[in-house]
Amino acid sequence: MNRIDQLFQNKGKDILSIYFPAGYPNLNDTVPNLQFLQDKGVDLVEIGIPFSDPLADGPVIQIAAKQSLDQGMSLKLLFQQLKEVRSTITMPLILMGYWNVVFKYGVDAFLLDCQSCGIDGVILPDLPLEEYEEEFKTKFEAHGVYNILLVTPQTTNQRMAKIEKAAKGFLYMVSSSATTGGALEQSTEREDYFKKVASLEIPSLIGFGIHDKASFQHASSFSNGAIIGTAFIKALTSGTASEFVDSLL
Amino acid sequence: MSKNKYAVNERGYYGRFGGAYIPELLRANVDELRENYLKIINSEQFQKDYKRLLDNYVGRPTPLTKVGNLSKRYGTNIYLKREDLTHTGAHKINNTVGQILIAKYMGKTRIIAETGAGQHGVATATVCALFGLECVVYMGALDIERQAPNVARMKMLGAKVVPAISGNQTLKDATNEAIRDWIANPNSFYLIGSVVGPHPYPDMVTRLQSVISEEIREQLTKETGNPNPDYVIACVGGGSNAAGAFYHYLDEEDVKLVAVEASGLGVSSGETAATITIGDIGFIHGSKTMLMHDEDGQITEPYSISAGLDYPGVGPLHAHLAETGRAQFLSVTDREALDAAMVLARSEGIIPALESAHALAALEQMTFDKDDVIVVNLSGRGDKDMETYIKNI
Repeated sequence: MNRIDQLFQNKGKDILSIYFPAGYPNLNDTVPNLQFLQDKGVDLVEIGIPFSDPLADGPVIQIAAKQSLDQGMSLKLLFQQLKEVRSTITMPLILMGYWNVVFKYGVDAFLLDCQSCGIDGVILPDLPLEEYEEEFKTKFEAHGVYNILLVTPQTTNQRMAKIEKAAKGFLYMVSSSATTGGALEQSTEREDYFKKVASLEIPSLIGFGIHDKASFQHASSFSNGAIIGTAFIKALTSGTASEFVDSLL
Repeated sequence: MSKNKYAVNERGYYGRFGGAYIPELLRANVDELRENYLKIINSEQFQKDYKRLLDNYVGRPTPLTKVGNLSKRYGTNIYLKREDLTHTGAHKINNTVGQILIAKYMGKTRIIAETGAGQHGVATATVCALFGLECVVYMGALDIERQAPNVARMKMLGAKVVPAISGNQTLKDATNEAIRDWIANPNSFYLIGSVVGPHPYPDMVTRLQSVISEEIREQLTKETGNPNPDYVIACVGGGSNAAGAFYHYLDEEDVKLVAVEASGLGVSSGETAATITIGDIGFIHGSKTMLMHDEDGQITEPYSISAGLDYPGVGPLHAHLAETGRAQFLSVTDREALDAAMVLARSEGIIPALESAHALAALEQMTFDKDDVIVVNLSGRGDKDMETYIKNI
């Protein structure tokens, strides 16, 4: 069974997922970061594949990704770093990146390396659902790699149904119309959207704007948990990652 | 006239290039535009309003000038399509006038744009002033420094110019910032400046620029009795002026289409913007196209002396025209473009934009018969480039 499914089966509530870019803050921090997060009791980790042009990301993730690239990070190096990761890391792992990098690496090679490193899923925000289903779905499934899909407050009901049908693992529920790292406003409209997605069969995690215990708990009350990226990167940058994760749990 | 062979399909592809490779965060915005743009463009009201603006505000039709001295130099018949004579000084205004109408019909009140050298930013600020709409232009922080006069123009026209401080702080980063703004403000209208971006932008901008080849056909018919020249030559960065100059000739296979890229210091120098020549398939700003990127898929910073050609990708239509061989792609260095600008200035009394000088420089690389009819799209005028010309000539 895919580790993502296992996680949602074993723990349906308050799932804490953390995002950080590979090779950040230092080039060889990828696996130590994972170990640290697992030891702290984090449930799921998304490892960002740094990209020169991260369209969906706000300034904090852009700057971190650029630093990581400047330090020599690449997808090839990431797979080298993750080669032995399953000897110590048991939580589900997801790679999140932009399609150009994956395409350039070669989709077959990428999926093969995901499988051999024990990667459970990928988030590729700019790979359209239609292209995925027509050209790549069979390959992803053959390698046991889940393609995690996003929904947003603007996603129409019709499209939501289509996404739900194609989705694996969980839905990445984007909290608001913004790039990563914005603030999460609370409103009835927003809560209605959360409730609508939560009512679907497939589990969901809320991301974008989740930055502390209060917003984590608020988001988790409408879903199976939440994803924290920008706030964790800020903590990594300032050397307060340990205190930050403690404050969430 | 049918455009079947080179037309975009329903999903936004030209052959295998194009599409809409965008995050779900942008899906609703792009869908709204896709569902509306053709309906609006094909409406009688739009056609009337657009025509009126092109005629009385932009200054169309622009002349098709037969340039005698240049014709003599190359032993053939050369015509220049004078986009340099439009309001704001380049073809960019054809597109912004059209998109601002589309924005208005869609009920949008806030306009977002990206700009490199500032030409599209100025053309956008211009139409926003005309229609009384809020205008936010993203521009690389480095470009803001390099292009102070255009920054001043945009501000005088009432636009807010926001520096893009991510990446290398040039056009591609400004485009990223504009798209991020659109993600955060789905009710705004993103007025893109070239035939790039997710579907329907490449098709929409091509249609709005197609007035260039529509006029060439009429003017050539009057001049020579034949709407078709032997060659149409245009420079390509993102590719909007070339798309407009080629459009009505795409299915006229006897018309040779020549697209000219900027090779900067040379195609193998590492300082180039010759995407078709040295790039391969990739994804940028929502489009599957030819792209300059490294072996890890990180997008490379392009270089050209001409800021308007300084883009690491190219419109998907052009990627398709290159792949099918429908258009021939040439490349021209900084030096060759500067020399061609000087030749035109001295022989015809016309100072071209540096971008257009690339198209003119291609004449040096080609051979013509004495009866050939050649149309070079003179996409813009050189006022904005005087500082570069003074430094280099």
